[in-house]
Amino acid sequence: MNSNIAASIRTKRLASLIPMLSMLIPEDAILSEPEQLKAYECDAFTTMRQIPLLTVLPDTIEQVQHIMRCCHALDIPVVARGAGTGLTAGSMPVENGVLLGMSKFNKIHDINLHNRTAWIDPGVRNQAVSDAAAPYNLYFAPDPSSQLACSVGGNVAENAGGVHCLKYGLTVHNILELDVITIEGERITIGGQALDAAGYDLMAVMTGSEGLLGIIVGIRVKLLAKPASARVLLAAFATIEDAGNTIAEIIGAGIIPAGLEMIDQKGIQAIEALMHAGYPVDAAAVIICELDGSVEEVEDELTSVITILNRLNASDIQISTNEAESKRIWAARKAAFPALACLAPDNYVMDGTIPRRALAQVWTRINQLADEYQLLVVNVFHAGDGNMHPSILFDSSDEDQHKRANDLGTRILELCVHVGGTISGEHGIGLEKINEMCLQFTGAEISQFHALKNAFDDKSLLNPGKQIPTLARCTEFHAMHIHNGEMPFPHLERF
Amino acid sequence: MTEVLVLSQTDKQQAPVLSEQTPTVTAEVIAEQVKNAYEQQSPLKIIGCGSKAFYGRSISGVELTVSGYSGIINYEPSELVITARTGTPLREIEQLLAEHGQMLGFEPPEFSDNATLGGTIACGISGPRRPYTGAVRDFVLGATIINGKGEILKFGGQVMKNVAGYDVSRLMTGALGTLGVLLEISLKVIPKPAFEETRILPYNHQQMCTLLSTLGRQPIPISATYLHNNLLYVRFSGAKAGVVSAAENIGGDVLRQAELFWHQLKEQRLPYFNQDRTLWRVSLPPSAPCIPDLLVDTESITEWGGAQRWVYPKDTDALQQWASDNGGHASGFRNRCGASNSKANSSDANGSTFSPLSPALLTLSKRIKNSFDPHNILNPGRLYKDL
Ligand SMILES: Cc1cc2nc3c(=O)[nH]c(=O)nc-3n(C[C@H](O)[C@H](O)[C@H](O)COP(=O)(O)OP(=O)(O)OC[C@H]3O[C@@H](n4cnc5c(N)ncnc54)[C@H](O)[C@@H]3O)c2cc1C
Ligand SMILES: Cc1cc2nc3c(=O)[nH]c(=O)nc-3n(C[C@H](O)[C@H](O)[C@H](O)COP(=O)(O)OP(=O)(O)OC[C@H]3O[C@@H](n4cnc5c(N)ncnc54)[C@H](O)[C@@H]3O)c2cc1C
Repeated sequence: MNSNIAASIRTKRLASLIPMLSMLIPEDAILSEPEQLKAYECDAFTTMRQIPLLTVLPDTIEQVQHIMRCCHALDIPVVARGAGTGLTAGSMPVENGVLLGMSKFNKIHDINLHNRTAWIDPGVRNQAVSDAAAPYNLYFAPDPSSQLACSVGGNVAENAGGVHCLKYGLTVHNILELDVITIEGERITIGGQALDAAGYDLMAVMTGSEGLLGIIVGIRVKLLAKPASARVLLAAFATIEDAGNTIAEIIGAGIIPAGLEMIDQKGIQAIEALMHAGYPVDAAAVIICELDGSVEEVEDELTSVITILNRLNASDIQISTNEAESKRIWAARKAAFPALACLAPDNYVMDGTIPRRALAQVWTRINQLADEYQLLVVNVFHAGDGNMHPSILFDSSDEDQHKRANDLGTRILELCVHVGGTISGEHGIGLEKINEMCLQFTGAEISQFHALKNAFDDKSLLNPGKQIPTLARCTEFHAMHIHNGEMPFPHLERF
Repeated sequence: MTEVLVLSQTDKQQAPVLSEQTPTVTAEVIAEQVKNAYEQQSPLKIIGCGSKAFYGRSISGVELTVSGYSGIINYEPSELVITARTGTPLREIEQLLAEHGQMLGFEPPEFSDNATLGGTIACGISGPRRPYTGAVRDFVLGATIINGKGEILKFGGQVMKNVAGYDVSRLMTGALGTLGVLLEISLKVIPKPAFEETRILPYNHQQMCTLLSTLGRQPIPISATYLHNNLLYVRFSGAKAGVVSAAENIGGDVLRQAELFWHQLKEQRLPYFNQDRTLWRVSLPPSAPCIPDLLVDTESITEWGGAQRWVYPKDTDALQQWASDNGGHASGFRNRCGASNSKANSSDANGSTFSPLSPALLTLSKRIKNSFDPHNILNPGRLYKDL
């Protein structure tokens, strides 16, 4: 927007909004100084930034309702923020909009042992839920690698997953009820304490709605019993094909591992340099497989997995015999992000998900594309469910590199869609992948998404401009694609 | 069981398993019918095969039959995903999965020999395994639908994780066809457990609650429970050694022909279900108390570790209120006074009586319905009077 116009809107909005907010919100919960606002200008996708009009940090549900009523009355956009660990600019403020920080909602109100549920605030950290449930031998299953920092409200808004979601499901499978404030400031209960609720499955719609449909102010999560036994196994492969086939064979044999991860050679080397976990640095790929359940079950499955590994030429097989060893293998995997940070200043993490059968093909093709764009791409990902996380390493201060990284990202996502997959398995769309939505959905589908959004928020004030592109934006994006001589998929005939 | 596992192992290198069946009607033809109805604002009544017509409110409308749109489109055991047209008989899907040592994790009731995939998803009814492996909606990965404007739209996909756009495919589950005509569905499938055993214990409701509360905090492979006339049945599923040790631990008698029993339970063929009055389903938090005798007949069936109860109410309004006060909901499920359509429902104003929604939720639900079906032509009034 023209900066003069933006500045005048800003002045007008501040003048009308602050007095109205102040009727119910304490002064110290309204941040308006530039240096205060700076802390909220981006999430973990740091290459996109925007200073908000105001940041408001409510600590009661009534305050949230009041903020929504004010913004609704004045037509001011609202962006919710959990812990800001999102990777897609989802909680990045919008110009002249309010940033609603949910960090003060940080209490675990109730753990129900009989129903195995907990009623928690949206700002509670993911790990804190499992910690609180641990004395009862229970835990909260979704475990994103960011679990020490990210909020459960953010997990619901993104439908976050983790290394254990192949067996235990995503966030959508592990929550029962939401307390939601609509853009009009109305409080609604969605789902319930029972296993299902009357009417439409609004839990499904709210989960993964990226703050576009309502503000989550309470969550009833399911808690699961901790498995009696868990063994982690690491194996190296000389070819990506063998590693990929191993994944397919394990699952084809009727085994659902608690986690099934794969790391490519560059990833192994980066992790090993940082963590010294004993990863075999000359392997083309390693897989990490966790088996859990009763002691008997785990022993049975371990035998079957080892047979498969041997048949498919695995080497350097390491099997944890105690929790400390399991932790060591996992700690190294979970340190993938910091390890990659040592290789380049910026890391653009893709999140495409593909049918497992296409794994080796897609992997090979990504490496070709990386060469073509002269960028380093490292693959550390959830192989069990086909959720690839190719990391494009680059230096954003080099404009040309930055552009190449973005273009390569689009090509990789295009490839994922082409083999029958999706542009996002767990990180969401936000602003970062909004163009690629046009690759996956038709105009009619995108219009249907807008219609659904409109049912919740007819003024389009909740996180506007995110997640669902306008049709105009898609037209422009498709035109640009062709303009650059890159008709969609010209290079993909070989698949 | 090992035999089945070996089968799936030799199989996985082969090409995707497709059914020979080809649809007798195309998606475009069905979409055209919907489009015409949209233009003429004339309501449609979507018919799978009719096995669950008793479920939902009875409505009128021009019949739109989707059973001809059938056939399995894609199934690769090692992907744990099956995609099929909605007219495909559920039985065909289950048979194919069984041949590969897999199954539908939500153990769907069929209620007839030719129940379709579409009706199963639209009704969203799950069987005994539901609390332990998940509900219908938990397994839905993707859906191709026709919205109320006659547009063919595709949401979700064939992969385990997909967060691109709103989760419309799960929203379709249980919507009774009021938001879209389902054309194709992709479902996650799971391996069949290697071994199962069911134990019977002489427990009342309170004893059941205490036992299951304790067991629930231990990694014990329970896969179904049933309580009726002070007998508690507990099914265990999983690796043989784990099942045997869990079953020995809780003791009780071994149930013979357990597979047949659980099948009859999910198909509602046990004598309890066969009564000439309206059966109600009460969905509750598992540890909710026994429903008071004032509200329902003493004899009832409790499943899902306490979370699903089948009752014959004495006072339906009071029952709905009680269920809601206790964190759940109650709905009239099946009217047996006559099995064929409209006549059946004359005794019970509108067929199923789903628990009323709060005014705010009802308003929102209407707006959602309107966003998919602006002229209100898809099964109008089937879920609620206005939905
Ligand atoms: C190192 C690292 C590793 C990661 N690993 C994983 C992983 O393994 N799996 C995975 O799924 N993700 C992963 N992520 C991404 C991120 O952690 C998740 O998306 C997480 O769920 C975001 O939570 P948050 O609290 O930080 O939300 P934010 O980033 O603050 O917000 C995310 C979105 O949720 C909305 N939102 C937040 N709170 C609310 C609320 N109360 N009501 C309504 N909307 C709300 C925001 O508007 C925004 O659209 C990783 C991120 C990092 C930095
Ligand atoms: C065991 C049994 C019990 C019966 N009990 C009763 C009874 O108590 N009362 C009674 O009136 N009749 C009963 N019937 C009669 C029978 O159900 C009727 O023949 C009916 O006309 C048609 O049912 P349907 O197509 O709605 O059912 P189904 O095909 O089972 O469909 C169920 C629901 O899903 C929707 N649906 C199906 N396919 C799709 C799709 N592809 N897309 C979107 N929505 C879809 C339907 O619109 C419907 O709302 C019973 C039948 C059987 C076999």
